[in-house]
Amino acid sequence: MTVIESYRPTRTFTFATEFRRQASRRRTQLALGFMVVLPLIILIAFELPSSDNRGNGGRRGSFSSLVDLATAGGLNFALFTVFVSASFLLIVVVALFHGDTVASEASWGSLRYLLAIPVPRGRLLGVKLAVSLAYSALAMVLLLATALAAGTARYGWHPLRSTIAGDIPSGDALLRLLGIMGYLAVSLLVVAGLAFLLSVTTDAPLGAVGGAVLLQILSSILDQITALGAIRSFLPSHFAEAWLGLLSTPIQTDNLVRGCISGLAYGAVFFGLAWWRFLRKDVVS
Amino acid sequence: MPSSSPTRLRRALPRVRVTRRRVTAGAVVLVVLVGLVGWAVWPAPVTYRVEDRMIQVKTGPAGDRSVTLDTRLYVPKAADAAHPVPAVLLAHGFGGTKLDSASDAEALASRGYEVLAWTAEGFGRSTGQIHLDSPDWEVKDAKDLVDWLARRPEVSKDGPADPRVAVVGGSYGGGLSLLLAAYDQRVDAIVPSITWNDLARSFLPDAGGGGPATGVFKKQWAGLFFGSGGSGGSGGTLGAAAGGALGGGTGAGAGVSGSAQCGRFAVDVCQAYLSMATTGRPTAQALDLLRRSSPASVIDRIKAPTLLIQGEADSLFPLSEADANAKGIAANGTPVRVAWFTGGHDGGQGPQSDQDRTRFLTAQWLDYYLARKGPKPGTSFTYSRITGIDASGDGLVAAGFDVADYPGTTGAGQAQVPVAGPAQQIANPPNGTPAAVSSLAGVGGALGAASGVTLEVPGQHADFYSEPLSRATDVTGAPTIQVEAASPTGEAVLFVKLYDIDANGQATLPNGLVAPVRLTGLPTSIDGATPVTVTLPAIVRRFEQGHRLRITVATSDQAYSTPATPTVYTVAVRGPVTLPSAPGTPIQTPSVIWRYVLAGLVVVLVIAVGAAVIVGRRRLRRRVKTEEGYVQTPLVVRGLRKEYADGFVAVSKVDFVVARNTVVGLLGPNGAGKTTTLRVLMGLTYPTAGDVLVFGQPLKPGAPVLSRVGALVEGPGFLPHLSGYANLQLYWKATGRPADEARFDEALDIAGLGDAVYRKVKTYSHGMKQRLAIAQAMLGLPELLVLDEPTDGLDPPQIAEMRRVLRRYATDGRAVLVSSHLLAEVEQTCTDVVVMHKGQIVAAGPVADIVGDSPTVQLDVSDVDLAGEVLGKLGVVRSVASSGANGLVVDLDGTPRAEVVAALVNAGIGVDRVVPRRRLEDAFLALVGGDTKASGER
Repeated sequence: MTVIESYRPTRTFTFATEFRRQASRRRTQLALGFMVVLPLIILIAFELPSSDNRGNGGRRGSFSSLVDLATAGGLNFALFTVFVSASFLLIVVVALFHGDTVASEASWGSLRYLLAIPVPRGRLLGVKLAVSLAYSALAMVLLLATALAAGTARYGWHPLRSTIAGDIPSGDALLRLLGIMGYLAVSLLVVAGLAFLLSVTTDAPLGAVGGAVLLQILSSILDQITALGAIRSFLPSHFAEAWLGLLSTPIQTDNLVRGCISGLAYGAVFFGLAWWRFLRKDVVS
Repeated sequence: MPSSSPTRLRRALPRVRVTRRRVTAGAVVLVVLVGLVGWAVWPAPVTYRVEDRMIQVKTGPAGDRSVTLDTRLYVPKAADAAHPVPAVLLAHGFGGTKLDSASDAEALASRGYEVLAWTAEGFGRSTGQIHLDSPDWEVKDAKDLVDWLARRPEVSKDGPADPRVAVVGGSYGGGLSLLLAAYDQRVDAIVPSITWNDLARSFLPDAGGGGPATGVFKKQWAGLFFGSGGSGGSGGTLGAAAGGALGGGTGAGAGVSGSAQCGRFAVDVCQAYLSMATTGRPTAQALDLLRRSSPASVIDRIKAPTLLIQGEADSLFPLSEADANAKGIAANGTPVRVAWFTGGHDGGQGPQSDQDRTRFLTAQWLDYYLARKGPKPGTSFTYSRITGIDASGDGLVAAGFDVADYPGTTGAGQAQVPVAGPAQQIANPPNGTPAAVSSLAGVGGALGAASGVTLEVPGQHADFYSEPLSRATDVTGAPTIQVEAASPTGEAVLFVKLYDIDANGQATLPNGLVAPVRLTGLPTSIDGATPVTVTLPAIVRRFEQGHRLRITVATSDQAYSTPATPTVYTVAVRGPVTLPSAPGTPIQTPSVIWRYVLAGLVVVLVIAVGAAVIVGRRRLRRRVKTEEGYVQTPLVVRGLRKEYADGFVAVSKVDFVVARNTVVGLLGPNGAGKTTTLRVLMGLTYPTAGDVLVFGQPLKPGAPVLSRVGALVEGPGFLPHLSGYANLQLYWKATGRPADEARFDEALDIAGLGDAVYRKVKTYSHGMKQRLAIAQAMLGLPELLVLDEPTDGLDPPQIAEMRRVLRRYATDGRAVLVSSHLLAEVEQTCTDVVVMHKGQIVAAGPVADIVGDSPTVQLDVSDVDLAGEVLGKLGVVRSVASSGANGLVVDLDGTPRAEVVAALVNAGIGVDRVVPRRRLEDAFLALVGGDTKASGER
């Protein structure tokens, strides 16, 4: 007998175990809970009597109509909720799930006991990543589902209204909404990868989450500087709003495709670096 | 061991250690990144030089008037008399200068053409007056420039004084290119864009088929033109508004000034405008002047191959102007190609895809007909359609289409859509106010095309609707509709428009284009009216399914002059709207390539991840070679060395063995290298040299044999928000082993936490966590138990209990390795001991051998000197050494302690204390003694 009979490297640290471990954490519960509460808060905010006179002054731009049309139906409400969440909230949530996952184990000291079980390092990372991705996806699904349900219950099930593409029939609009979530998921791989890389590099969870969000903000700021010209296409957040192309008729796919390439490429680089780093790392925390 | 806060901080931050490998890798990555970015933004090297000069030309009807033209010549560096290159005359838009088309000029010069850009007379720093591309003036200027080019040695020639030359220009420059090609046969090719065929018709259109003499005066555009040329210095207004099509204005030329009323316009042009703008009707002279400035008058003379580019968002020179040019030139047998793009005088340059297309077509045209290289351009017709707003930016998105034969504005096919509505009465407002808004000259692109802001005045328009369209209908060309009208004066000016109405009733007027008609000889009652066919402006648009068409007939439009007298007309429409179409094949934009890139990337990633998983699995399954000799030995450490990347050697050479049924103590001061040794042993860090065998198997991070080891290294590590019990449960779950192997009850007994085990770990004291950690290490009763400072934080009774537990644990073939910096603990707990110092083993063996009574004893006496003498005389002691003020360390060499004490007491020396010393302590102090520095501080 060279090893314990019942020990199998591929049975250690299963997805279900890690899912339960993360589910027990307050930050997971709060983040997911917020995804359910946010649409309800927005809904209540729309219900409050508006004090400002609803003139056309101020905001301009064709896509600002997303706000004006938010109460046109459940689909419009869900679209609005996604619109306001995509630029920051989802980034933070994804960075939280990915940045915190390994770094928090390191800071608690439980990482070394997992590695001493022994859970193979590649497997540990794989399961951690899969669970983080699953929670991120769950958060997005919860947000969309709650917004759809709440919006439909309040405003009814109508075709998606938009000023740039006319009305989009409900079925088609639902598909497009799912497409938007899919694109957001792919483009958020950048944040996920960066946070995950930082997570295996440091044992300060806040540093990993904050670092990923900060770099994303930096990228967005640089993206505002048009003088950078062609360099901006290389910024990870450059195609962050390409999903708006799914709202036009016909769908504008050029930037969606390039955004997917950007997301996948950056994600692959960051995840690859995370693996490369963690498999060679001396765990000293 | 508690770490100081700077240490903790250092650990919290990513550790960056500068090594040669990392510097190299970093440098490589940096170089690649900088290279990529640099490659992306590096300006192409300039392959031409620029020469500014003033050129004097002889012009005027008699050719005797001198005008000085401000020119800029772009000469390719490679061009000389031996290697002549073709030339391009680049003309600017109305109100602009030679600098307007600088980017086009640079692009053409980079392609190897000598480019001559000049400021037309009457503009900028050129002298002379504005004659509206008159054959006597501007066209003669340009002929002189062709002569001038013919004298340049580096310009290739078709004959003596006949340079190989093309004329390229937009709007005012486009008109010049057509006229010059008609008046000067030396011109080899022309590319006129957004320009006119008949200037009179452009300013006095009548969509009902009437001529310019009775046309409706386009007062807004005319006024804008006159304003931009009049003062000689206000061209900026028009230039900026038309998105560069008309050219950006510059300041008035130094010393050039005109009269207050006419500015730099020639007197005849000025008079023509003033009379037209006053009455809204042209004089015969004015019509004649406009005719002479129109390619229509000389269209049959144009023999130069012509590429016509016209804008769809153009209320000044609509698509029908290019259509007239194309038909007129093609009638001579001259090659003509037509391209429509979504910009124009109202829409600017259009989206990037349009600019790319027109640039490509221009380059291809010039390359073949001027430089005589490249493939022969086809004669296919290309057009584009706005498909939406660019989601990422604020521009528009257009889709391009290619049609084999140019169908003209009447289309290749036609669809009929009935519109209906009763005859309606509409009021003509006095003096044309208030007026409907369809487009604003020059800024219409922003209003008309994108957001569709149009205004109809109630009571002044009649609407006729179609049923909702059963399928999407594409329109490419000019729709037609029959209109009937009645007027008490027998005359009416009407504006006919085709709206796109979506399902919510939102109305869009495509590109803000309207069809003005002047009807005469009308009856007073609608019953006697005869239908008039109105040709609506040519558009490119898709009317979506479910949308409706609306024909609106209005009495006023602020862009046009309308009769001043208030009147009430009766209008009706008859029959269907005829919608022309020109189905084409979509033009693929270069961005399609990204789809293939994406697909390739996905495939590569899937393969890479798959390969990584397979390799990882195979590595896990790989059998590790067991050293048979050590299969029964829980732990063998051989020549272990750990050197960190920053050069610090934590463990220099460590060898020891842990046998079955033993409790081995790893003893050493703080920083001796104990924890580093245990980290390697747990597979947490990679050793620099040496190896560790657990039951004969080499131990690497993640080695399966670690499953036979239980560990507590560097303090407990638990999920703070869970109870101790839940932590143990989850930990065991993570091992993937059956729950009954865990022996939870035994482990919990050892932890001794009672009900506290169900409380959250973050409420635990340090000792409670420590006990829970020991229990976790013992889960499943591993054969080798490794405990790092296990009694840290435990109180004395618990320490005693822990000793018993550990001794009991090391039975049935199991073994325990305990590290500690406390001598007493190791002595009392262990069967064997390994002493480490400064990363090395300094002593090893059974405790029985090493620990135990030593022959030395420490005596505290009242008189040290006397005692030394007494003991010396006694002859039974081997050595005496003083220690402190009252202390003596005596090697008794077998003499019983009682005897020595008795001798001292007999000698009258007071003995305060007799402390037997132990060997391990001696060894430890001798080795470590005065040197209390930790290994980490060496």
